Amino acid sequence: MSTAAASTLRGATLPKWSPYAIVGGAIVLGVAIGLVGGLDSKVQWGLIAGLLYVLGTYAIAARVEGRRQAKDRVATSLVWVAFVVAVVPLVSLIWVTVSRGVKVLDVYFLSHSMGVVADSQPGGGAYAAIIGSLEQVGLATLIGAPVGILTAVYLVEYGRGRLAKAVTFFVDVMTGIPSIVAGLFILSLMLIFDMEPFGFAGSLALAILMMPVVVRSTEEMLKLVPNELREASLALGVPKWRTILKVVLPTSIGGITTGVMLAIARIAGETAPVLLLVFGNPFINNNPFEGAQSSLPLFIYQQYANSAGANAAYDRAWAASLTLIAFVMILNLVARGIARWKAPKTGR
Amino acid sequence: MSKRIDVSGLTAYYGSHKAIEDISMNVEPRTVTAFIGPSGCGKSTFLRTLNRMHEVTPGGRVEGKVLLDDENLYGANIDPVAVRREVGMVFQRPNPFPTMSIFDNVAAGLRLNGNFKKSELGDIVEKSLKGANLWNEVKDRLNKPGSGLSGGQQQRLCIARAIAVEPKVLLMDEPCSALDPISTLAIEDLIGELKERFTIVIVTHNMQQAARVSDRTAFFNLAAVGQPGKLIEIDDTERIFSNPSVQATEDYISGRFG
Repeated sequence: MSTAAASTLRGATLPKWSPYAIVGGAIVLGVAIGLVGGLDSKVQWGLIAGLLYVLGTYAIAARVEGRRQAKDRVATSLVWVAFVVAVVPLVSLIWVTVSRGVKVLDVYFLSHSMGVVADSQPGGGAYAAIIGSLEQVGLATLIGAPVGILTAVYLVEYGRGRLAKAVTFFVDVMTGIPSIVAGLFILSLMLIFDMEPFGFAGSLALAILMMPVVVRSTEEMLKLVPNELREASLALGVPKWRTILKVVLPTSIGGITTGVMLAIARIAGETAPVLLLVFGNPFINNNPFEGAQSSLPLFIYQQYANSAGANAAYDRAWAASLTLIAFVMILNLVARGIARWKAPKTGR
Repeated sequence: MSKRIDVSGLTAYYGSHKAIEDISMNVEPRTVTAFIGPSGCGKSTFLRTLNRMHEVTPGGRVEGKVLLDDENLYGANIDPVAVRREVGMVFQRPNPFPTMSIFDNVAAGLRLNGNFKKSELGDIVEKSLKGANLWNEVKDRLNKPGSGLSGGQQQRLCIARAIAVEPKVLLMDEPCSALDPISTLAIEDLIGELKERFTIVIVTHNMQQAARVSDRTAFFNLAAVGQPGKLIEIDDTERIFSNPSVQATEDYISGRFG
């Protein structure tokens, strides 16, 4: 206290490499505990290591640096642990899908359908399912995206009073509809009119699922458009509808596209309504308005359920999963491309 | 082509809150009129009633008359969109359309209104940018985004955009408050040139600016927070700044306020 005046500002700090050392130590200890304790699951080893890492960080930092820095380090370590906990399943999922899916994923798989190939036999492919998915999701998007975007435009630009509140409320309710219920809703209509399963019925259910997601995301994007831009346009003597069409929507087009793409990604993976309404079909049916079709999620489910333990069917299910993930991924990349291309330009 | 404005008994509300009360004044064509007064006294609200932008705010409504060359802007069957084509506006913060290039920004008013000849568009854009003293700075990059310009250039771009539709009156809501002194000077010079062609009304917090650019000055004040703002007096700028007829004006101008 009597010596250096700077001592109140300068405290002991752990060396830069110490977090890595603590991680290493925690992993070694975790593995050791797992081996000694005879724990089977590697997940348990990992969780023990994570816990040891957080506790060890706090203990060491508290001893060397003091309590405030220790809390800071614990917060940092918690963020890292949470990150790893989130990333590990994701990476493992992609790894397993890719490694098992590539076995049968080839041009033949993408261009042929099951037809008369028995589920337990090798061969066949997902062509009918891919066509079905593209048509059903495409039609659902054609219905769901415009309705959703227009609803959001109404809510943000025009909606006042009770009607707007009611619409907001029902959009919230729709967000919570389980997909099977949307399927049952269309199914009940189909039963009233005494119809057979067909692709477009599935599209209708998917559109119902898609709409609230599009409304929500578009609404947020439209709210982000500065009011000054609307006023600038109105002050030029531009009518409100043209202001929305030419100023508000172009300014937010990037975000809206992303929202629509996320909604498409969501419905592309829906199985339940497709199962009820489209029924599944091993043969190619290009007409979504008549006759049963297939779709990728349904194909995956059926290959798994009807496999009777045959590896060929499992392989096809994995390959179809990989196709579906790739499909959604490509859509996402396209959406990001559009968003970047259309986004407001800032540079000189 | 500029027009005269006569306001009589104008009161504006936000919902149930009365923002300005019983304002009457007239603005001669080809003059610059400055509005000064403390924050919250309703200068901007009053300005926005002059081109019916006030009612764009939810709950905004107006009582009273605004005559633009003998036509009441708040009369029956008056289209607010048509009013705004006659009475243009420049805002406090430069707000070029971020998705459009410099050229498209200036052409926006014409394009979005749909009444223009393609062959004339280039000439109108050039004329407007020259009118806003911006042409020499941007003529080589008309296709670059407008948001890439500096703040002062953006504001002049907004002025060019406003004058491209050939309004009769130009309203400016603190057009220089976000700008540095050099850009401010550029815009003040511009106002001096523009008043040959337009009737200009400008809201400003900067009293030197009001003294420099305006022919007539109106002083607004409010009795207390929550009370509606009122027009205290309007007179020739020289008189307002040398020998105002109301004590409150002199107090405000000399900084002995409150």
